Amino acid sequence: MMAKTLYDKLWDDHVVRDNGDGTCLLYIDRHLVHEVTSPQAFEGLRLAGRRPWRAASVLAVPDHNVPTTDRARGISDPVSREQVETLDSNCREFEIIEFRMDDPRQGIVHVIGPEEGATLPGMTVVCGDSHTSTHGAFGALAFGIGTSEVEHVLATQCLNQKKSRAMQIRIEGQCGPGITAKDIALAVIERIGTAGGTGYVIEYSGAAVRALSMEGRMTLCNMTIEAGARAGMVAVDEITIEYLRGRPFAPRGEVWERAVAFWRGLRSDPDAVFDAVVEIDAAMIKPLVTWGTSPEMVTTIDGRVPRPEEVTDPVKRRGAERALEYMGLTAGMPIRDILVDKIFIGSCTNSRIEDLRAAAVVVRGRHVAANVKVAMVVPGSGLVKRQAEEEGLDRIFTAAGFEWREPGCSMCLAMNADRLEPGERCASTSNRNFEGRQGPGGRTHLVSPAMAAAAAIAGHFVDVREFSHLGA
Amino acid sequence: MEKLDKLTGIVVPLDRVNVDTDAIIPKQFLKSIKRSGFGPNLFDEWRYLDHGEPGMDASRRVVNPDFVLNQPRYRDASILLARDNFGCGSSREHAVWALEDYGFRVVIAPSFADIFYNNCFKNGVLPAALPADVVDGLFRAVEAEPGYTLAVDLAAQEIATPAGVRHGFAIDPFRKHCLLNGLDEIGLTLEHRADIAAYEERRRRTAPWLFTADAGK
Ligand code: SF4
Repeated sequence: MMAKTLYDKLWDDHVVRDNGDGTCLLYIDRHLVHEVTSPQAFEGLRLAGRRPWRAASVLAVPDHNVPTTDRARGISDPVSREQVETLDSNCREFEIIEFRMDDPRQGIVHVIGPEEGATLPGMTVVCGDSHTSTHGAFGALAFGIGTSEVEHVLATQCLNQKKSRAMQIRIEGQCGPGITAKDIALAVIERIGTAGGTGYVIEYSGAAVRALSMEGRMTLCNMTIEAGARAGMVAVDEITIEYLRGRPFAPRGEVWERAVAFWRGLRSDPDAVFDAVVEIDAAMIKPLVTWGTSPEMVTTIDGRVPRPEEVTDPVKRRGAERALEYMGLTAGMPIRDILVDKIFIGSCTNSRIEDLRAAAVVVRGRHVAANVKVAMVVPGSGLVKRQAEEEGLDRIFTAAGFEWREPGCSMCLAMNADRLEPGERCASTSNRNFEGRQGPGGRTHLVSPAMAAAAAIAGHFVDVREFSHLGA
Repeated sequence: MEKLDKLTGIVVPLDRVNVDTDAIIPKQFLKSIKRSGFGPNLFDEWRYLDHGEPGMDASRRVVNPDFVLNQPRYRDASILLARDNFGCGSSREHAVWALEDYGFRVVIAPSFADIFYNNCFKNGVLPAALPADVVDGLFRAVEAEPGYTLAVDLAAQEIATPAGVRHGFAIDPFRKHCLLNGLDEIGLTLEHRADIAAYEERRRRTAPWLFTADAGK
């Protein structure tokens, strides 16, 4: 038998039929739904008189539009409110499980899926959201889809898909202190570029990946889409299995045992062949900070803003010039000299308990710098928030001058009231530094939670490794 | 979905790499629960000098005369010429709805982001990938010659310049078939409902944990 990659195994397990034209009809095990990309899909079902094929495979949650303050008052923006209410009524009509805004389990869709055990190894997981790649951390084939495909999955439980090529990204060795999964993710994008993964599914492997917690693996897989690949994945190991044990949607008893036995085989065969292999030495990764308007515009904390004239490719040079102008930065200036106005710790990339702990270690006993206007922590879910409060993290943050918010997407994309004003500069733990992403004219620098916390304290970017000996 | 077969149209050049879907349709417009009406807000932050919010009357907005879509020579364009990695970022299908609503039926670029590429086909928009040097040449030609048009022939998988130079592009046969005929993909998939049900039955036996996970039991 031919040696298979993890991707091959996941793919082969889900083929309903080979369409004979290079595509296959693929079965979808788990369908996550949020309020922004689903209304038109439900409307399509209604217009065609269709019902969901398997409503129980769907889990819905409002996250993009929800307010992160004073939730008792509801959503003040009428358009946002209508969108969330539309999700509520669609879920009621089509008998879909929804964690509503007032449910203690509500949160960002990519945080709650794993947290509930609704994402399991070996599944195909889709959501009308590009960061569905997050769920690949569990040895699942997870990818984002558009609204027409949301409707297609609702109606048929399947998608027509063409198999991608397989890329292995091996991160060998050990990361230095203060280096997190976010730095690894940015290092990958720095290496292969934002289009480097186009047409591929990426499997992350190597000692540094095995050493990551599930939270870290989710952060890494989350940013796969920023490298252009639709899906990222990590093989199943004991860390995966331990994370899932006892989660509400996970199987129990004898079925759990059977599942675990199967899950242990969800890894690439030792002699499996990948279409591309990239190797990164974990020991060489430093804390990274983006300086531009694409995640590949990234450099190390001890680096400088690049000089566009040194970029040889003319299209890239123009891109760099434009980015510097938008970002209000001077070519050649040290990254450390960049002052920040706002701090955002949150998003499906970095809002899990471990992220909050990493940030709390840095801020404990210190205070946000005077030039920082707002520093906020937005936990990824109600359960993350509760756990953090039990650990006293909320008090560490608020004592340091941070705001402690309700869970949701928040300033990752600023669809609710949390946003940057034109020209404001933010150290953000989210995943996209596109123009206007965090508010029109806003300037985003992507960093790890620890680096965002350090920037909050210093008022400018600093190397968190200089903080750690002062920390906890 | 509207079918697409042959189209000759004015080409508008958007000379930027990595144009993301946040730029194509900014998030404030995603709050709509409808599928139409996004055209006036296509490239909103580049196209207007004032800040756009849903419900604004586009005819009263301050347009950015420097943005290429606002230049009179490109009025009525139906073909967008773009650079590498077009449509990257968020999966929002609203980006395609906005392009289509504005009047674009074809986007030409050296490469497209994956989800955007898929979304195009669900909405009667053809994303045609041409080699980078060909795209480069087209940028020069479009900028040099007002009223420049290209002729797209989906059946033949060709794009022809006014001078008659033909450039072939690749496309999956299934997608081509759906686009040529304006077919509803869901209806086609449901023709295989017996296959889907049989697969599901087998999986219920061999991988029951995928089903006990239903409903949080
Ligand atoms: S946190 Fe940001 S990236 Fe993640 S799902 Fe929400 S909006 Fe998308």
